[in-house]
Amino acid sequence: MHSLDSVLGGDRLALSRLLTQIENDTSEGREVLSSLFPYTGKAHLIGVTGAPGTGKSSLVNRLARYYRHPPKGEQIRRIAIVAVDPSSPFTGGAILGDRVRMRDLAGDSGVFIRSMASRGSLGGLANATTGFVQVFDAAGYDIIFIETVGAGQAEVDIVRLAHTTIVVQSPGLGDDIQAIKAGILEIADILVVNKADLPGVDNTERALYGMLELVSHDSRLPASTADPTDTASNSLDSFWVPPIIRTISIDGTGIPDLASAIANHHLFLNKTGEWKHRERNRFQAELESMLREALLSRWHRKIDDGHYQEVLIRLIERRISPYQAVAELLNGGAQ
Amino acid sequence: MGDRKIRVLIAKPGLDGHDRGAKVVARGLRDAGMEVIYTGLRQTPEMIAEAALQEDVDVVGVSILSGAHMSLVPRILELLKSNGQDHVKVFIGGIIPDEDIEVLREMGTSGIYGPGTLIETIVHDIRASVLGVSPGG
Repeated sequence: MHSLDSVLGGDRLALSRLLTQIENDTSEGREVLSSLFPYTGKAHLIGVTGAPGTGKSSLVNRLARYYRHPPKGEQIRRIAIVAVDPSSPFTGGAILGDRVRMRDLAGDSGVFIRSMASRGSLGGLANATTGFVQVFDAAGYDIIFIETVGAGQAEVDIVRLAHTTIVVQSPGLGDDIQAIKAGILEIADILVVNKADLPGVDNTERALYGMLELVSHDSRLPASTADPTDTASNSLDSFWVPPIIRTISIDGTGIPDLASAIANHHLFLNKTGEWKHRERNRFQAELESMLREALLSRWHRKIDDGHYQEVLIRLIERRISPYQAVAELLNGGAQ
Repeated sequence: MGDRKIRVLIAKPGLDGHDRGAKVVARGLRDAGMEVIYTGLRQTPEMIAEAALQEDVDVVGVSILSGAHMSLVPRILELLKSNGQDHVKVFIGGIIPDEDIEVLREMGTSGIYGPGTLIETIVHDIRASVLGVSPGG
């Protein structure tokens, strides 16, 4: 447990090496992750997502700086940043370039930035992102930013991991039809229109307001309190309407507004019980995905590979359908 | 199960802004299946060592065209060592005069590449130095 003590004691190199073990899914990594799990649950996890080039990294850079140098009277927070960029589907290689936008944070021992490649995962995060977050949480980082792969419309895994999801837009990326499609805008707790000095910012903001007006308030209510007929509890406190914040990362405009929106959301989560609700959803989703993976690999170990190949060939030759292939493999092989 | 990827930090210390070489190498290493952390221009040795620590890289590749390699490289090596990252291999790309090459090698750099170097050579050398064996590529 040497590595666990070092990480909890603030050894940055030990932390960094543990992250590598977790990313490579080694047995040592799993073991340490299990033993530090009881120390997790304190950090505020903030997801930052949005299309490529909307300025996610620069925005995270600004926010981190704000929390490191807060206005008088506010607490200085320790910040971890997990920045995910895509792996090449062909070579498995990756260019991880988010640090380029975060150079202001260099030299501050209260900030830890770790880049990670998505390694074939499709939801905007990598498989090990959850593990990374747990390590930073246990190591005492107060706020953990998770910056997703530049996301389009379906990379919404972040909503299951983060307490607060920020969706970053910038002017000139599409009309109001884009804004009412399902997917990424729907998951926002806070909407940011970054690069607000560019032309078209009014249109972008208007499209977002238009989208929010169409959102059914029921769907945003925490499940426990959802009762649209109960007008008494239907006060402003009981549901959350995502605020739209204009920011300009290059000069820091709007960053204090964004920080206060984050603080409000944190307050909302705690007051309404939504924090617990989200944690429950998160752990359930994670448990199920780990179960799925474990069951699949157990099944693979049991199944006779010759039989598997033989079924595959019959499938390719159109002699059986995919449904029939699954039925045959499950009934014939492992039970 | 996950597999081990070679992680490389490509850094550009000093004041020159010529980053084409660094980008070409970064892209080449990516295409060879490595994970390349690119940090951008005008990094100090301190910033490079800190990034190497946070990213737990196997290799630091520094691109220097300013002529300041004899002061920047020793400092980077020293900082990596004091951070406990002696195992990190340092490769240099850029314009390095012949008489400095031997000195830099003795200091502990793993490879020095001038203009005209093939990407394959760099990929081969990185694999050999990190994995400890020549993959015969």
